[in-house]
Amino acid sequence: MSNQSFSSWSKNGTPWVWINAGAVSVSLVMVIGLLGLIAVRGLSHFWPADIVSINYTEPGQESTVLLGEMVDKEVVSALRLKNTGVDLPEGQTSGERFLLKVGNRDYFGLDFKWINGPWISEPNYPENVVAIERREWGHFYGYLKNVSEKHQVVSSGEQAWQEFQQRLKRSNFLVDEIKSIEKHEIGEINHALEELRLETRRLELDGVVEGSSPYQEIELEKRQWDVRYKELQGQLADLYSELARDQIVVTMSDGRDVEIPLAKIVDAFQPNKMSVGEKLAHYGHEVWKFVSGDPREANTEGGIFPAIFGTVMMVMIMAILVTPFGVVAAVYLKEYATQGPMIRLIRIAVNNLAGVPSIVYGVFGLGFFVYFLGGNIDELFFQASLPAPTFGTPGLMWASLTLAILTVPVVIVATEEGLSRIPRNIREGSLALGATKAETLWRTVLPMAAPAMMTGLILAVARAAGEVAPLMMVGVVKLAPALAVDTIAPYLHLDRQFMHLGFHIYDVGFQSPNVEAARPLVYATALLLVLIIIVLNLAAIGIRNRLRENFKASEN
Amino acid sequence: MEAVKEQVSTQARAIDIESMQRSQKLNLADEKICLEVKDFNLFYGSKQALHNINMSVAKNRVTAFIGPSGCGKSTLLRCFNRMNDLIDTVKIDGQMLLDGQDLNKQSVNVADLRRQVGMVFQKPNPFPKSIYENVAYGLRLQGVNDRETLDRVVEKSLKGAALWDEVKDRLQESAMGMSGGQQQRLVIARAIAIEPEVLLLDEPASALDPLSTLKIEELIYELKEKYTIVIVTHNMQQAARVSDYTAFMYMGELIEFGATDELFTNPTKKQTEDYITGRYG
Repeated sequence: MSNQSFSSWSKNGTPWVWINAGAVSVSLVMVIGLLGLIAVRGLSHFWPADIVSINYTEPGQESTVLLGEMVDKEVVSALRLKNTGVDLPEGQTSGERFLLKVGNRDYFGLDFKWINGPWISEPNYPENVVAIERREWGHFYGYLKNVSEKHQVVSSGEQAWQEFQQRLKRSNFLVDEIKSIEKHEIGEINHALEELRLETRRLELDGVVEGSSPYQEIELEKRQWDVRYKELQGQLADLYSELARDQIVVTMSDGRDVEIPLAKIVDAFQPNKMSVGEKLAHYGHEVWKFVSGDPREANTEGGIFPAIFGTVMMVMIMAILVTPFGVVAAVYLKEYATQGPMIRLIRIAVNNLAGVPSIVYGVFGLGFFVYFLGGNIDELFFQASLPAPTFGTPGLMWASLTLAILTVPVVIVATEEGLSRIPRNIREGSLALGATKAETLWRTVLPMAAPAMMTGLILAVARAAGEVAPLMMVGVVKLAPALAVDTIAPYLHLDRQFMHLGFHIYDVGFQSPNVEAARPLVYATALLLVLIIIVLNLAAIGIRNRLRENFKASEN
Repeated sequence: MEAVKEQVSTQARAIDIESMQRSQKLNLADEKICLEVKDFNLFYGSKQALHNINMSVAKNRVTAFIGPSGCGKSTLLRCFNRMNDLIDTVKIDGQMLLDGQDLNKQSVNVADLRRQVGMVFQKPNPFPKSIYENVAYGLRLQGVNDRETLDRVVEKSLKGAALWDEVKDRLQESAMGMSGGQQQRLVIARAIAIEPEVLLLDEPASALDPLSTLKIEELIYELKEKYTIVIVTHNMQQAARVSDYTAFMYMGELIEFGATDELFTNPTKKQTEDYITGRYG
């Protein structure tokens, strides 16, 4: 009886439905779990957590006060605790350990400390503890003692915090101004001087007699730039001395007083005093700084804007290169080439190209694009700047080209698929009106195949944005001095090296001097990379759907 | 109610057309000849699809091809504007003359030929563009982009295809949203917009409902004033209603060709008689 009901149950397909639904659920859980994990780990980093003060007594030593952020907690076995010298009460098999971010790396040596639960006493959250984000050496935790101007105390006690905040605003403003001068105006002068140097070199190469009028003109111009540079230097010196005016004195957890110049401080806040609203505001501000700022301290602090910019730029240039190339190739293969064994072979080769490990493309890109193509371009057009390479070195252009080659099979396959789906009678309709084959392609077939091309592009973008390995060989660097787009002509510098989120993850995660500090940034960066790929894909899907609207009815 | 009334009236008109045709006495010898087929053979690879066809198409008349499926009538029709060029395996011999010129000669520009010999297919195949752009397609191909000319031709062609009143307020809407019958008339408008000499209709009504079919038939009757029409049809009543001359084909051969009246009322061949009386096919 039960056998029969089982067979009828399996006959009507119920188990099949369950297996299918199960597979979908498992995939969903995995995707959500993955995104959830990196989101939680990454985003919690920016929350201004309360700062705890504890008495910490290691056996046989005097008790010390520790001040910091509880970052992690783990349960360890009694045996392991015993090895570190902790004696647990009889019958207890495990105890807790905490990871405390104590900051003040320049004074304590380490800014993260594992502490054993049983040695902790009197945890409390002092109201007036200050967290300071510094330009160097990471966070600082302590109590504000006084604010001074030129080492003369101007404010102390209760009012000191207000005074500090005001002076911090001023110093941050000055820092911004200095940065802007250094980056834009001095950058412009450097660029101009470099141009003049190249001009001189060109004259030398052309064999123009030294000391003749072109040289003199260059010399004159150089002198003008030098004058301008001196001016800016003066301005900068003034700004720097202004900036050095203010200091604060902070008391650390061990009672030592430390003086910190305001020039070294990015931000300061009192997390234990903040309401939830204030914390949220601070959190948003921190996230914004992360997304929009430049990296500091070997990428373990600050923002990742250059990496976002580099990733998006590279993917967009790749898309611009790969689409026409792939579409043209597909049109030839599908529409013009005589279908035969040769074309079949080419098609198989194209399909297999998609399966070549990406690092191989990196090697190819380095050998062919960078050294061969780039080297020759330098020989031909940038003779003056040799031996320093212009295009003969890894850069944005070559990285985009390498990824374009990597993704071109996807575009070809998708476009061919789209072309073969255009109904024959539409082509015949066009031909019957006196259109040539090329006109039919341009006016009717290609527009109708556009959604399929977009599908290919979506797949290409998805693959390219996540690719890291080949990029390390053809243009990605740990820290790029300048973005590929700026205000100096020709505005788009395809020869420049760039930063990339994928490589940034690798760099921060594995090459960083401060592993504990870097870990949340790895998650945050990974989350951002996923978000950017999603946004790029959504944009492409949006375009495709709009294209599809036009042809919807023709497919029924 | 409305639809039924319309149906009745179109049927009445169709009968009119029929009776008008019957009253004419047609003789191919009195006609101006537009297309001429001489000793024409066609092969798909090694398989011969057309055997030694000889016939003429009279100017400003409707010539119908009838015959069972696979008899080669569509293949022959597609030879008139060299649509078979698209199939690599097709080989032809014999002559096919358009106004006395061999249209299969090397020197003939296929695109020009197709402009002279327009074609409408079995399934409506409007482009996924606006109604306006569909009709303007042929003109734009010829480099006509002047708005006024285009407007004029689009209106004229749509009127010519008896579609203007239905679509004049939505010319910029997609042609894909029209009904099958409207689409087929749009395709006819598209074909006549470039003013061909000959219009080839490959079973133009086979995918349409009876009402749309009648509209197309009426349209064919009007169009022959200006164009020479060759129509392939499976529907013998349709052939009898719309055509002046009929060719009956069977197994790639032209069995009988003559004035429609003659062929339907007094067929000379046994096969023709069997077919039109419904004994096979």
